[in-house]
Amino acid sequence: MQRRVVFDNRVLPYLLLAPQLAVTLVFFFWPAGQAVYQSMMRQDPFGFSARFVWFENFAEVLRDPFYLSSLRLTVVFSAAVILLAMSSGLGLAIMADRQIRGSALYKMLLMWPYAVAPAVAAALWLFIFHPAIGIIGRGLNSAGVRWDYLLNGAQAMTLVVIASAWKQVSYNFIFFLAGLQSIPKSVLEASAVDGAAGREQFWRVIMPLLSPTTFFLLVVNINYAFFETFGVIHSLTGGGPGKATETLIFKVYSDGVLNLHLGSSAAQSVVLLLIIILLTAVQFRYTERRVHY
Amino acid sequence: MRHRRTAIALAVLLAFLTLAAGPGLVPSRAQARVQIEFWHGLTGVLGTTLEKIAADFNATQSAYQVNATFKGTYPQTMVAAVAAFRAGNAPAIVQMFEVGTATMMAAKGAVKPVHELFKEAGIPFDVSVYLPGVRSYYSSAEGKLVALPFNSSTPVLWWNKDAFRKAGLDPNKGPATWEEVRAAAQRIRAASAAPCGLSTAWPTWTQFETFSSMHDVPFATKANGFEGMDTELMINSPLHVRHLQFLMDMQREGTFKYGGRDSAGDALFPSGECAILTASSALRARVLREAKFDFGMGYFPVYADVVKGTPKNSVIGGAAFWVMTSPRRTAQEYKGVAEFFKYVSTPEVMAKWHIDTGYVPITHTAVTLAQASGYYTQNPGTDIPIKQLTRSRPTKSSSGLRLGNMPEIRVVIQEEMERAFQGQQTAKQALDSAVRRGNEILRRFQRENTGQ
Repeated sequence: MQRRVVFDNRVLPYLLLAPQLAVTLVFFFWPAGQAVYQSMMRQDPFGFSARFVWFENFAEVLRDPFYLSSLRLTVVFSAAVILLAMSSGLGLAIMADRQIRGSALYKMLLMWPYAVAPAVAAALWLFIFHPAIGIIGRGLNSAGVRWDYLLNGAQAMTLVVIASAWKQVSYNFIFFLAGLQSIPKSVLEASAVDGAAGREQFWRVIMPLLSPTTFFLLVVNINYAFFETFGVIHSLTGGGPGKATETLIFKVYSDGVLNLHLGSSAAQSVVLLLIIILLTAVQFRYTERRVHY
Repeated sequence: MRHRRTAIALAVLLAFLTLAAGPGLVPSRAQARVQIEFWHGLTGVLGTTLEKIAADFNATQSAYQVNATFKGTYPQTMVAAVAAFRAGNAPAIVQMFEVGTATMMAAKGAVKPVHELFKEAGIPFDVSVYLPGVRSYYSSAEGKLVALPFNSSTPVLWWNKDAFRKAGLDPNKGPATWEEVRAAAQRIRAASAAPCGLSTAWPTWTQFETFSSMHDVPFATKANGFEGMDTELMINSPLHVRHLQFLMDMQREGTFKYGGRDSAGDALFPSGECAILTASSALRARVLREAKFDFGMGYFPVYADVVKGTPKNSVIGGAAFWVMTSPRRTAQEYKGVAEFFKYVSTPEVMAKWHIDTGYVPITHTAVTLAQASGYYTQNPGTDIPIKQLTRSRPTKSSSGLRLGNMPEIRVVIQEEMERAFQGQQTAKQALDSAVRRGNEILRRFQRENTGQ
């Protein structure tokens, strides 16, 4: 027996949906449509000479060796950010879930980074790790470690991964904590009676029960790593040194906004859109099967 | 016929309303000023000083009102202006950084050249008061002024006198050649007088653009792009390779430190980190405020064996004012823009701006005025940027650059330099690669602007 709500009025449901639909249309479908349209145009910044070129921009983008290396770099970057942010979030959640004194305070402190704007977060990390003005950066150099993320690509990558993951740990922490707290005590006790403890209990009982949360967070974190890390990269490294931290979203920005190649930038954002649609679809199709709700 | 009748009816109605409202109109006179939108990209003290100039102009007359608005950094202001133009409501005036010059000049329908503006407004305007290097940078191939030069600076050499003393060097004599720069940096490192010997801000502007100009070698073909869009980069010449190799050698021996892209290197000098820095002359205000040591400012260095006699002038940086068109722009607004431009170009305003900010005075009359005020005798060395810009006649290689998408080319050169400094490629490979990638950008600009 399922309870169903049926509206008598035929118009009312549409009216109630209208605001949300309007927002989606204006802020999502319209700009996305514009991007698709622009991705097939070649034009100067001011729009004096615009030509329709079909898929020429896409062909150019996909032939560009810098675009392909940026794609590889984005995969590495995203995987590192997601792994770091999710494992730290889970680890912290497990520890905060225990009966400890002042856990409310810990929980509150762990939430804070989420409230920090990306540019501000980047500034904080800069003041810690800048080779000339950062506290740890200076310390490393005087200790004989050649730390200079302005010139060392691997170091720059490490820094933006850490800074990006740090911002996302809070979010993951909250959801993992809620997930842990919603696991019924009786299940844990029953498994303990059956002799499961420690590591075994974690992998066999807790993790499967956390899988809906983990799956949800995976989708959210992929989107975060692809799109929302822009602020951190922009403020910390600006895509450099060389092109060592130029992820796909940063390249869309630098080609479109700084270099004013509107067609190429639009084509890149359409490709990015397709990648995300594909990833999310694959996840829902395959990963979800293994999720226990 | 119907239109005319409607027009007459409207005119009668309007006249009637005006009569009826008679006395009420007088107080609203102030709002009847012609509004002129002016977007700029200067932060902090520089921004407020510029806005003060607009406010002063508004106070001198009652016909026009210039509304100065901060629109973000230079690149952001440029993008905002481009977007506004496409939407049909570009500001009347926009401040644009020097590397956006070729892009703006190519956008002929979007820009009203300054020489036309003054002619149409009937205001006499003498361009010969501008310093030659400044004038040429913002002039068309025919030598007509297209944008109004305003805040200009030029690369100079800064040195830390305390560190020089500690290293046993003459604190009152800055290194004049690259060989001297290296020797001084070596002494400084050997004596541990500073953690870093030499660094640079704006790596491309100083080490390639100004470097080429002062050594009188071309940065690009077709007179650095002034004579046509089919220009190609020439920064992989033996002299350019030699200079990048020189910096790489200094880096290897620990006397040079790459300070990051664009203005990032600025911070290394006032903090005391690097004893020598090549950077903008407009860094002066910051050095004065932040440096806890005695410092000097000198000419940008050259290679003594390449430059015989006086080096050529350095290139300018900074920004200029551009007049943008819009479908609804009135002749009155253009007139107001011309009046405002005339005001900001007066020697008094220009000299005050120079002294307040450290930017170069760009007219001969402003230089004379600043001299007469005794500013240079009270602050020795502050006239070096002007001397460096004027000590020789500009040649084809020292009249600045006219390259499309120059901001992007700068990034490419910086990226290739960074790879060379990381040891991933040789100096020659770095510059060959920069030329190849830069040429692709130039070809793209050419295609976009010729519609091919």
